[in-house]
Amino acid sequence: MLSRVANSIYWINRYIERAENYARFLGVNTSLALDTANISDAMQWMPLIATTADEELFKELYGEPTQENVFNFLTFDERNLNSIYSCVMFARENARTIRENISIEMWEHINGFYHNIRHAATNRQNIIPNSREFLKEIVQGSQLLSGIEDSTISHTEGWHFGKLGRYIERADKTARILDVKYFILLPSMAEIGSVLDMIQWSGVLKSVSAFMMYRRTYGQLFPKKIIEFLILDKHFPRSVYHCTINAQYMLQNVLKAHRSSIKTPAMKKLAMLSSELYYTNVKEIIKYGLHEYIDRLQTIINEVNTEIHEAFFAIKD
Amino acid sequence: MLFYSILLFTFKLIVSDNFIFYSKHLTFMTFDKYNVDGFFDEMLTTDHQIREGYVPFINFVNNLSIEDLVQKQHAAERSLMALGITFNVYNAEGGTERIMPLDIIPRIIEGREWDRLAEGLKQRIKALNLFIDDVYNEQRVFKDNVVPQSLISSSKCFLKPCIGLKPPKGIWCHITGTDLIRDQHGVMRVLEDNLRCPSGVSYMLENREVLKRTFSKVLDETQVRPVNGYTISLREMLEHIADKPSPNIVVLTPGIYNSAYFEHAYLALQMGVELVQNSDLVVKNGYVNMRTTRGLKRVDVIYRRIDDTYLDPLTFNPESLLGVPGIFEVYKNGKVAIANAPGTGVADDKVIYAYVPKIIKYYLGEEAIIPNVPTYLCEDNNDIQYVLDNIADLVVKEANEAGGYGMLIGPKATKEEHEAFRKKIVANPRNYIAQPTIQLSRVPSLDGTHIEGRHVDLRPYILYGKEIVITPGGLTRVALRKGSLVVNSSQGGGSKDTWVLY
Repeated sequence: MLSRVANSIYWINRYIERAENYARFLGVNTSLALDTANISDAMQWMPLIATTADEELFKELYGEPTQENVFNFLTFDERNLNSIYSCVMFARENARTIRENISIEMWEHINGFYHNIRHAATNRQNIIPNSREFLKEIVQGSQLLSGIEDSTISHTEGWHFGKLGRYIERADKTARILDVKYFILLPSMAEIGSVLDMIQWSGVLKSVSAFMMYRRTYGQLFPKKIIEFLILDKHFPRSVYHCTINAQYMLQNVLKAHRSSIKTPAMKKLAMLSSELYYTNVKEIIKYGLHEYIDRLQTIINEVNTEIHEAFFAIKD
Repeated sequence: MLFYSILLFTFKLIVSDNFIFYSKHLTFMTFDKYNVDGFFDEMLTTDHQIREGYVPFINFVNNLSIEDLVQKQHAAERSLMALGITFNVYNAEGGTERIMPLDIIPRIIEGREWDRLAEGLKQRIKALNLFIDDVYNEQRVFKDNVVPQSLISSSKCFLKPCIGLKPPKGIWCHITGTDLIRDQHGVMRVLEDNLRCPSGVSYMLENREVLKRTFSKVLDETQVRPVNGYTISLREMLEHIADKPSPNIVVLTPGIYNSAYFEHAYLALQMGVELVQNSDLVVKNGYVNMRTTRGLKRVDVIYRRIDDTYLDPLTFNPESLLGVPGIFEVYKNGKVAIANAPGTGVADDKVIYAYVPKIIKYYLGEEAIIPNVPTYLCEDNNDIQYVLDNIADLVVKEANEAGGYGMLIGPKATKEEHEAFRKKIVANPRNYIAQPTIQLSRVPSLDGTHIEGRHVDLRPYILYGKEIVITPGGLTRVALRKGSLVVNSSQGGGSKDTWVLY
């Protein structure tokens, strides 16, 4: 398969997964804001910007972290290359260059997805006050793409690269969402373990659709258990560990088809991360520092991405 | 509104009457205001008789109201959009994709006429191929004083690096899209030989797919020859010019910003080959390779959709960002096949065009089956005087331009424009030719809710591989603007499906 084509499929999936995750945490924060009226807009919305690591750009473009500014920045602003609009646009541009490699359904869906968001962007003053439906459509648009890929594309190299992109992106975003809680400050130390604290923790769970699954597994809300669930759970499809073992499986399939050694740098990094997560327990994470540990995860995930790029997409002459 | 419904009512009555007492005379509502206006009409004779090939079609259409027809037109436009054969129009706002307008009323050509045309096209491409080969090798054609050598040395399209080249299997122009027109007397003539990178074949294929849905029953009754063998023949031709079985074939595109990008993607998809951009290709160890996830993979055949002078910045235009450095050297060594071969443009020059009948005679010893349009060469002293004196009646063209650019249509231009062109011609006579303004034949076309005659041309597609294959029909381009003679899509042109009968 052409490197450029593989690269495009990988990034189509990363971009769409990113758009989905942005929609998720925007949705949850919007709903949380209604439950936590005593928290200022700045404290409620700035953490979202902090987790996306686009703080500087935001301050430059908007200054004040009001709900509307943050929403515009993360959703419609094309100057923010990670906004939902930008992500879907880049996914479409990638799809356009490889149309002969993807199914008609896949192209039509991405194309329609893009046109819907473009249309919404022109109508944003009506969407921002009632964003729930809009954000749900973004999430569903991403889920639908995943389903279309599964059911219309041969599960060979291109599909494996697509899924690899999905899992890498999702591992990164789940970690970042968990980090939101680090940035949301409680009004006082006395609030730790309070109802407000628990509402925020449940918000974190909801933003990755983990609330119901968590409740079924653990019942009561304990911050430690929530961290364990989102980082270390084997079965929950958005946990970091689940994503890394699946990414590993996708990469393994690519390498097998190439009859290449399994011990390539990308695989080594990914497998070492999975096995670390397998043998780590949540106490160790907390001892290390949750924020610090998440930083470390993100660094490793970035390195995996670089190795994949070097090995498959940037073929040297 | 009231007027409208009365009209409709009358229309239904008339149709039912005529359906019973059918005659070849055109008295039906749908076409009753249709006038050939003194032009050659592809559907009607001068005394308003329906030409034989159109009879089943007219029978069918006369059972429809004009609304039905308009509805079919809209449905066809929708399916064209859904099929995704669009061309790109980029602007500051981000770019849009448009369909090339398709007029659903087909252009019909009878079998006998087509077979003769196909013979003529074969003859022409055979002779032109021998000519190109000769120009870059022995140059007998100059020594025998058939074509003046000065014409070649002054041609922008004569590529010096191609001198002495022997392309695989001796074929230079693998894919040709010759433009044919029919004049006011009904004579088919060659207007242009497009030997470089002719486009539009995807429209020919898609138009048929759409009309299969629009007029399935009539298509069946009319006994139309199929066009969908084109991509099969294209692949066979590309395999033929490779020097090994199961070659790795690619289509080389300039990228998504090219207006014909979808055609490139479409052809790659239909042939089941990779669509590549220059960044995907690299020359290494004497071969052209493509970058794949498994490393470099050798490429054997390239169907290029970029201009030959952009192909290799080391050999041709050093400014080219679309090319692959070193590719020409590989080609010269016979390690990759390229279709069309670089350098074919030399026979596409509008001055050379005037010599094609002589070229046919010289190489094949035959008279040209399809005549040219009479052409005045401005570098000839007698001709230039005639052109300068009669510029208001002539079409003046630049020798190397295509797509309707660099052209003056005398009867439609102002006095100032005439004067400006006179100056250009005098300054560089070699670069200009002139032809009488030909009133292209017309085909009935839908304009809103009316049917009126519109001028058309025809671009058949010729593949030169193991044998010469001509897809029956081609792309009929139609000037949708009333009275216009310009069929280019960038200037208000559309297309029609072309039905060649058995």
